[in-house]
Amino acid sequence: MIAAALLLPNWVGGHSALSSHGVQAARIESLWWLMFWVCSAVFVLVMVATGIAITRRTLPSGPPGPIPPQSRRRMTRTVAAAAAVTVLTLFVLLIASVSTGRAIASLSERGGPSIKVTGHQWWWEIEYDHPTPSRIVKTANEIHIPVGRAIKLELSSQDVIHSFWVPSLHGKRDLIPGHSNDIWIRADHPGVYRGQCGEFCGLQHAHMGLLVIAEPQDRFDAWYRSQLQTSALPMTPSQQHGRQLVESGPCALCHTIQGSQANGNLGPDLTHLASRRTIAAASLPNTRGNLGGWISDPQSIKPGNRMPPITMKSEDLQAMLDYLESLK
Amino acid sequence: MSAEPIVPGLIAAPSEDADAEERRRLERTWEYARGLWGWVAEVDHQRIGMRYIVTALIFFALGGVEALMMRVQLAKPENGFLNPDLYNQVFTTHGTTMMFLFAVPVMLGLGVYLVPLMVGTRNLAFPRLNAYSYYVYLIGGLFLYAGFFLNAGPDAGWFSYVPLSGPAFSPGKRVDIWCQMVTFTEISSMAVAVNLITTAFKQRAPGMSLNRIPIFVWAMIVTSFMVIFAMPAVALASQMLPLDRLVDTHFFNPAEGGDALLWQHLFWFFGHPEVYIIFIPATGIVSTILAPFTRREVFGYLALILSLVATGFIGFGLWVHHMFATGLPQLGQSFFTAASIMIAVPSGIQMFCWIATLWGGKLRFRTPLLYVLGFIFTFMIGGLTGVMLAAVPLDLQVHDTFFVVAHFHYVLIGGAVFPLLGGLFYWFPKMTGRMPSETLGKLSFWLVFLGFQVTFFPQHILGLQGMPRRVYTYLPETGWGDLNMLSTVGAFILGLGALVFVINLVVSRVSGPLAGDDPWESDTLEWATPSPPPPYNFHPMPTVSHRAPLWHRSEDQPVITGLRSDRREFLMTGLLDAEPDHRQVSPGPTMMPFFLSLGTGITFIVGIFTPWALPIGAVPVAISLIGWFWPRGDQGHKILKEKS
Repeated sequence: MIAAALLLPNWVGGHSALSSHGVQAARIESLWWLMFWVCSAVFVLVMVATGIAITRRTLPSGPPGPIPPQSRRRMTRTVAAAAAVTVLTLFVLLIASVSTGRAIASLSERGGPSIKVTGHQWWWEIEYDHPTPSRIVKTANEIHIPVGRAIKLELSSQDVIHSFWVPSLHGKRDLIPGHSNDIWIRADHPGVYRGQCGEFCGLQHAHMGLLVIAEPQDRFDAWYRSQLQTSALPMTPSQQHGRQLVESGPCALCHTIQGSQANGNLGPDLTHLASRRTIAAASLPNTRGNLGGWISDPQSIKPGNRMPPITMKSEDLQAMLDYLESLK
Repeated sequence: MSAEPIVPGLIAAPSEDADAEERRRLERTWEYARGLWGWVAEVDHQRIGMRYIVTALIFFALGGVEALMMRVQLAKPENGFLNPDLYNQVFTTHGTTMMFLFAVPVMLGLGVYLVPLMVGTRNLAFPRLNAYSYYVYLIGGLFLYAGFFLNAGPDAGWFSYVPLSGPAFSPGKRVDIWCQMVTFTEISSMAVAVNLITTAFKQRAPGMSLNRIPIFVWAMIVTSFMVIFAMPAVALASQMLPLDRLVDTHFFNPAEGGDALLWQHLFWFFGHPEVYIIFIPATGIVSTILAPFTRREVFGYLALILSLVATGFIGFGLWVHHMFATGLPQLGQSFFTAASIMIAVPSGIQMFCWIATLWGGKLRFRTPLLYVLGFIFTFMIGGLTGVMLAAVPLDLQVHDTFFVVAHFHYVLIGGAVFPLLGGLFYWFPKMTGRMPSETLGKLSFWLVFLGFQVTFFPQHILGLQGMPRRVYTYLPETGWGDLNMLSTVGAFILGLGALVFVINLVVSRVSGPLAGDDPWESDTLEWATPSPPPPYNFHPMPTVSHRAPLWHRSEDQPVITGLRSDRREFLMTGLLDAEPDHRQVSPGPTMMPFFLSLGTGITFIVGIFTPWALPIGAVPVAISLIGWFWPRGDQGHKILKEKS
């Protein structure tokens, strides 16, 4: 019944420890089911024993006193046997746990992209590191990886402790200021896997999501090449006006758009904003309406986040959106 | 020691007039202080124990209301009942209240009330320290709620991880209030622990050798030792953090050579034993309740005691399992996995002993036993999910998700609150002299039990589905809405059950039928004296010749005579066999503990604004300590008992 209850709910596409799409999450999932069945069996046995103990026919009520010696001996043997079985069972679970732990820690591979993930209140900075500076790609809240390759993520934090967690691929690993951590992940099926910050990090901990997009190598390469480009040039007068607003307005103080004069580094890099699926750390789909709402009033969508509300004329906002939407 | 052949708790037959006179003298000597000042000056363990319990239950109610507020907010995705700032204050205050202001104090308060009665003495070893502990705890609790109602409730979680709780990311005084509240309750708990250990070791009724100590008292001894070893870690941490915040020390600041993980080690070195500090007294309650309601002595006394002691030791080797996701070396993690799995062994042995007791018993299905059965069911689930969490790979997935929330509520509500409610119901007649209503008792049990399961079982699934803890909301497309709604419905059923429980106690307190000395036909000493017990607890002072003294009253059971009744005297006995050693004088009512607690309060509360709090606070502290230790005639002197 419990198993049925666990299986029935509508699993979120790619955001669940029980719908694994990576080798490590799959191993953890098998460990979970082993634990689940062993523990369920233990639970049922103990409940049956308790049920029998409280329903079985007992002697008529007499004065209270000690348990008679002959049943005491029998009970001692039973309790000792039960304790021995407990120890044995726990030992099996310990071995299963340690061997799973070693297996998931052994994943590594040479030659893949090296990705730096930096936690911020409340978004994820993603940087594809490369010895050649011109081949470094910066983005936010969205990690593209090639399917079937083991990828190393280097985790660090600039402010408070966050935790990187994409349940369908792997367990958590904390991003701790002053400590460098890393985690290896491998997606075995193409797909979009949602992740979320796993350590309480303040006001908007609830809205600190990210997406891992696993795609075949050629599509990944194509995406990577497109991200290497500087930002798209404004084509229409409206886009040109929008770009001008971004460069001269408050946006440029915090955001960078490669190829423009916006080069702030407090907020997410917007060079290829329009190529991303979501905004506000995987909180909203990246649509024109959402983007406009976010720019005009970010504090009502994510109260407490670091982006101030920007007041501007309606046509200016439209121009800015025209420009931002062109940043493929 | 002269011995008159009488049964403990009964008046000696030969000289009733003399005995009545003796009782009158005892009454006068030990009478409760009168008036408002008298209320404040009281040092009696029954009175202070009751204050502890009632205060802790009020905090429990406040924490429960906060829990309902969170459940309303989470009932549906993107709900607007609480804004994130308020939600963070509410969940932090909820956790802080439940751990520091409810669970530990209520268990220690029960110990304060029961331990002297169970070991057959007249008061705790250090009555004034006891009063001080209570006031310090009360000030800490009031301070936290004063902050909470002034919109300065702590908001960095009950664990207050740095750097989030540090000066850079938590400006204002919210976290400082949290820190000092923790310090208050730690001081209070440590003082109670010292009191309980001394009382249980040195004041037992003659004949109560170590292997005859009631299991509940053993549980309080183990708990008290855990308090003494665990609390200094967090008391230290809760001073280092305000120093970082107030005078720019950099204990936890990585930019200046400090370390954020240091906080986690200090906190969890306390935080994990804390769980057992709450759970072990509850197992003591379970063992105590089982005997009268199965009408059998609990099976496996020695195994149960050794399990408690083993739990106490192993409980200190688990703290890192709260930190698996921080990326510690594999080998170290395996060690803590093994320790975390190993602690299931003593818990399992206890469970088997209880089931064996049920098996051999003649059961009476009264409310306390129902709570014990509810405990067995619920704690089994919580214990088994605990084994799952000990496995590092699984922990990495469900750590800081609702799976963990479900797990520790199964352990703490199922494992500690269910036995506590059963225990309060069981000892209510002793504390008030009146019987609680069995009908309301059963109704409250079923509401609490079913409401609990509906609230927390779905949270296991939510956690596996990826719902993190400590989020004020979630997106609709996650699909977590239905189970959250179910959980919220359950929370209100649970709250209703708790309300029925309280109504039962309040109504029965006024109009319940009289209980008599021993309504449940129990086996331990507290039932050998009237309900509620007189301020001097026992007359004549009992001796013990069996582990279940009330079930083995012999006609020629000796009693203690020769204690003076014109001043507060009790008997000190040996540690191992409780052989009579000497008489000791117990202090009477005094204001000094209250004044000292005010001095302590001034020091810590002013201390969040200026380091000058130390010299400022030292003045009232010094004055009250001088008053405390001022010599008063023969009151403070030991008088050796002459050999007879």
